[in-house]
Amino acid sequence: MYTPIKCYQPYYGPNDPCPPIGIKCYQTPPNLYLGFQAPNMQQFPIQEALYRGTLWPVLYDPYPTPMKKGGK
Amino acid sequence: MKQTADTAQERNALMEKIQMVDFALVELTLYLDTHPQDSQAIQQFNQLAMESRDLKGAYEKRFGPLRQFGGSFSGYPWNWDNAPWPWQL
Amino acid sequence: MWFYEKKLQYPVKVTECNPRLAKYLIEQYGGADGELSAALRYLNQRYSIPDKVIGLLTDIGTEEFAHLEMIAAMIYKLTKDATPEQMKEAGLGAHYANHDKALFYHNAAGSPWTATYIQAKGDPIADLYEDIAAEEKARATYQWIINMSDDPCLNDSLKFLREREVVHSQRFREAVEILKFEKDRKQFF
Repeated sequence: MYTPIKCYQPYYGPNDPCPPIGIKCYQTPPNLYLGFQAPNMQQFPIQEALYRGTLWPVLYDPYPTPMKKGGK
Repeated sequence: MKQTADTAQERNALMEKIQMVDFALVELTLYLDTHPQDSQAIQQFNQLAMESRDLKGAYEKRFGPLRQFGGSFSGYPWNWDNAPWPWQL
Repeated sequence: MWFYEKKLQYPVKVTECNPRLAKYLIEQYGGADGELSAALRYLNQRYSIPDKVIGLLTDIGTEEFAHLEMIAAMIYKLTKDATPEQMKEAGLGAHYANHDKALFYHNAAGSPWTATYIQAKGDPIADLYEDIAAEEKARATYQWIINMSDDPCLNDSLKFLREREVVHSQRFREAVEILKFEKDRKQFF
């Protein structure tokens, strides 16, 4: 299992003029992890696939990434 | 006015169905380009290709041709270039 | 040859007349990592790539033109009824002076599209890696535009386009795998 987003705390210098943004995140979409797609993977129903932008849940990467309860 | 609103609604509903089926066909096409031996996906592709053809036939009877250069039959007078175009809808 | 079909790949809806968003969206029309670049890149590379991946480049390249049409539809809807005053306020004064409401292949900062945005190295691995990078860059661009846009209808279409970049990147990665092995994908079948 992988996470679709990674976060880190950028260095904040004493002379930086803007208030710190604190946490900076970047996306790590499923294509980085899937490898060669296996056959017969679960599909979205045809009516739903269009609105997901893909036929396969394994490639579905909602943006902005929904945050889990208790997450940052 | 009510009539045109109904027509627009009907057009959108039928178009949405076409978009759904055609989207799955695009997805399966790209998938099959790298998985040419997945017979189940090919079967699904052919099934959906048939559905797409039927849906487009129904849409064209009502709202005019979708496909260029003889992909669709024309009414009289020539109705390929009738508005609205996709970005005008 | 190519055929036009009188339909958008995905419904494009726009909530309000907001030419400011059009200014940003033009990045994906005539920008370096935009849909025009993508379509032309893949459809040009396909002539000098191994047969096994020509189909993929042809099909993704063709889909990119459908995306170009979606971006055009968004820009058209966002600007078509805007007044010159609104165009000016949206930072599109320079665009209006030159083009009125016409679309033009340039990026959000006004630089015209150039063939130097795309590469064709003739080396299949180099070309496919460029394609993977292009998809990730386009994905990132969609993210930055979504982050700035507050139009939920527009964002819905932009999220669709972003997801397509993820899928295209996946397929290009698979194309690399196909070219890495001598036999046809036998590890799975």
